[in-house]
Parts: sequence; C-alpha cells; structure tokens
Amino acid sequence: MSTLPDSPLVEIENVDFAYGKRAILKGISLTVPRGKVVAIMGGSGCGKTTLLRLIGGQLIASKGSVRVNDQDVASLDREGMYQMRRKMGMLFQFGALFTDMNVFDNIAFQLREHADLPEDMIRDLVLMKLNAVGLRGTAKLFPSELSGGMARRVALARAAVLDPTLIMYDEPFAGLDPISLAVVGQTIRKLNDALGATSIVVTHDVVESLQIVDYLYFISDGKIVGQGTPDEIRASTEPYVKQFVHAEMDGPVPFHYPAKNYAVDLNLSASTSLKKSVS
Amino acid sequence: MITQNLGKAIRNLGARGIETIWRGGAMARFFWLVLTQSGMSFRRIGLSIREIYFSGVMSLVIIMVSGLFIGMVLGLQGFETLQKYGAEETMGVLVALSLVRELGPVVTALLFASRAGSAITAEIGLMKATEQLKAMDMMAVDPIARVVAPRFWAGVVSMPLLAALFSSMGIFGGYIVGTVLVGIDSGVFWSNMQAAVDFRYDVMSGIVKSIVFGIAISVIATFEGFDAEPTAEGVSRATTRTVVTSALTVLALDLMLTGFMLRSL
Repeated sequence: MSTLPDSPLVEIENVDFAYGKRAILKGISLTVPRGKVVAIMGGSGCGKTTLLRLIGGQLIASKGSVRVNDQDVASLDREGMYQMRRKMGMLFQFGALFTDMNVFDNIAFQLREHADLPEDMIRDLVLMKLNAVGLRGTAKLFPSELSGGMARRVALARAAVLDPTLIMYDEPFAGLDPISLAVVGQTIRKLNDALGATSIVVTHDVVESLQIVDYLYFISDGKIVGQGTPDEIRASTEPYVKQFVHAEMDGPVPFHYPAKNYAVDLNLSASTSLKKSVS
Repeated sequence: MITQNLGKAIRNLGARGIETIWRGGAMARFFWLVLTQSGMSFRRIGLSIREIYFSGVMSLVIIMVSGLFIGMVLGLQGFETLQKYGAEETMGVLVALSLVRELGPVVTALLFASRAGSAITAEIGLMKATEQLKAMDMMAVDPIARVVAPRFWAGVVSMPLLAALFSSMGIFGGYIVGTVLVGIDSGVFWSNMQAAVDFRYDVMSGIVKSIVFGIAISVIATFEGFDAEPTAEGVSRATTRTVVTSALTVLALDLMLTGFMLRSL
C-alpha cells in the first residue's frame, strides 16, 4: 500500500462524531494531499457526508482534530470560518441551486456577494464557467427547467466559480444516467486539474470513481477499512473493499439489517424444522 | 391502569409545556440574531424592496377588497343600530373609529399572516429542505442576513402600510353605504368623522398596533421556516403553525396594547 507523498491540504486526526447517542465516526484519520482527487467511499449512512460537513466547519468533531490548510477548523470564529469557506466549493447531493434565481444568477451569486466586480466582468466569468460544463445555453433557464444531470453540472460550475483551492462533492453521481455520470466524472477531474485545486468526492459509485480519482478511502462503521490508489483497490483482498468493489451481496456488510429470528417474526416457532432451516 | 394513563397525560402535558417554553426562548434568540444581522437589509436595500413587493404589494388585492367589504358591513350594521337612537349621521364616526383603532390593524394582521406569513415560512422551509440555506452558509454568506432579515424587515414595513390601506378602503366602503344606500349627507358624514377621530389617540394607536403586529408576524413566520423539519411534512406543519401562532399572538397582543392605550387616555 502506497503512502501519499504530498503535503496534505486536509488532515483529519482521530475524529469522533455522534448525532446524539448515535456514533457516526469512531476515531477516523485521513489526509487529502494538495492537487489530488480523493474519493471517500462507503455504504449509505456510514458518515461520508458528515465527514464533508466536518471539513467545511458546519459540524464540529466531539474528539480529535480537523485541519484545513494548516488551520484547526474547530478553533475558528465565525469570521475565520467564512474566510476559510471562501476558498472552498461544495457540490451538494441534489445541487441545492437557488430556486428563485436563474442559472446565471445562481453562478453569479458568490461573485456578487464576495467580489466587488463590474457586471460586465461577472457576465464574462459566469459564461466561462458555464461553458466549461457545457451549459452556456442554459443561462436564462430556472433550476426547475433543468434535468437532474444538468442541475448537477450547473451546481458544479457554481462550486468552482471563485476558483477554490478545495472542492467537495457530496454524491455527485447519485441518480444520473450513464452519459451524465461520465460527463460529471470527467468534469470533476478536468476542473481539478485546470484550477490546480484539490477535490474530495464522497460517493458510492465505485466504477466511475476508480476511473477519475487518485486515491480512495473506504469507510465502514465509522472507521477507515481500506485505502489505496485505484490499482491497489482493484487488487485489494481486504474483505470489505472486495465486497464493495465487486458488488457482492454478502460479506462483512451483511445483506440483512439486524432483526430477530425470522421464524419468530413469522410466528412459526412451533415448527422446529422450519426454524432450523431459516435461522 | 387509570394511574398509568394519568401519569402519561401529566408527562405529556409537562413535555408540551417545556417544548413551548423552549420554542419561545429559541424564537427570542432568533429575533436577536435577525436584529444583529440586519445590516445587509439596509445596505443593499434592493433585497428588502424585493421582499416588500412579495409580502406587501402581492397582498394588496386581498387587503383592499376585505377592507372595502368590512367597511360596508360596518356601515350597514352601524346604521341599523344608530337609527334607533336617531344618530345615523354619526355612522362615519363609528366606521372610522372601529377601523382605525381595532379592525384595521387586527384584521390586516390576520390576513397578512395567512397570505404573506405562510408564504414566507413555506419558502424558507423549502429552502432549508432542499439544502439551499446550507449551500449559502458554505458559500460564506450568512442565510440569516441574506434570506431572513430582508423578509423580516419587509413584513415590518408592509404591515402598517397595509393596515392604513385597509382602514382607508373600509372608510370608503362605509361612505358608499352611508351616502349612496342610506342617504346620509356626505358633508355630515365626513365632518362628523373629522371632528371625532383624534390623530394622536386613534390613528397613532392603530399605527403602533400594526407595527407591533408586523414585528410579531415576521418573527414567527421567519422562525418557523428556519426551524422547520426539512421534509415535506415538516414544512407543511411549520406553515400551519405560523398561521395559528400568529393569529393567537396578534389577538393577545391586541388585548394588551388596547389595555395600555385606554389607560393612557
């Protein structure tokens, strides 16, 4: 297993996080090197999105430290947090485009809020970003008029509008048709390389991720259970990674959600032979 | 069994009491946060004007039509009673005082809560449910300053203006009934009204009431939206709560304010 050579942009060390009494992350540690596209993978509800929220400072870890660009996220005040977020872009799972604005205004939003630029320049910048995702023609449309894949690409353009140093993607491939999926995947890679940014992609789409990312982490039950470059992951014999990559029904991740005995549930406790056969 | 049920009922009552107090406290903190984050609403006045259009201008039809009808009904009912005492010329006074002191601010507030308050809650609640508020926060733009505060101030500005329009339309309705239907001399109608309505005690008390109601409805509507559970059901519950809580709050505040104002007469 190779180690990551570059100095990391994001360092997560021994982090615990729980929603109330439900522990989500249990002593997780990982690093994201500058300039790379890193995927964080795992089943639904394993804490991938929580990890992004911790990096963005929307949640604070109960134990351990989250450092972005050598700054401890938990120690930042509101102003400091907003300064940090100006250098971040985030793509939300369903785009989270502002429904009361058209595509153009959605992308111009951050430019108008944070940069005191003349409207001509804003127009040029927005059209350039839209062109990069192939949707310059949609500038005047409203989010409700876009397909799922188009909305995701618009959100991608919006996340990258301030040329951030870190772009985070929350399930960018969820619910997309194969063509949109490949387009979004390639755009993530190209955007990262063109901007010289660093990207974190949270997803459970193995096939697409293996094609575009530099490094992968696998999370299960709040811990890192596997990591490596795409080649190492393909060859991995680690049971969880193997089950995940090859989409096997049963393995360390059980097919069944924990439940009481099947026969008892069906009120068949009298029939001992059946009980034996199904339990 | 009975003791168990009784215990459960008392526990539920206690839980609801704590929940209500908790929400009251959360709303007060939210109100303070909105006030401290209001700079942008004044610096970029366009944001607030846009919301005044949605809350105020879009409510004009319902407010003006309701005002006209209520004024006409007041005129008819007033005439019916006043004529028994031979005092039908004072109908204008009755219509104007009822509207300016009470009905104008209160009915406008109830209509405003149903028309604009519910829309504000639903809009903010849906923005929350579709992660738009979180996205904004991740873009280093404070949703309270950018989304909530302009809507709050729009409500505070719109309410007194709408109440004034409501009262004016009502008085006009009373005038139509009085002069056209009943046949009171229009000069008598207006001069009696002018002599009886005092600017400081009647009109000002109406304006103060409508500003207070505007603040209450705007805080409730924005808080319920911001606090809504981010699901379809959560947003629908929040919208209902806005209308119910606003109506009860407006009526309770009206009783308190009327008490204070009559004492100071």
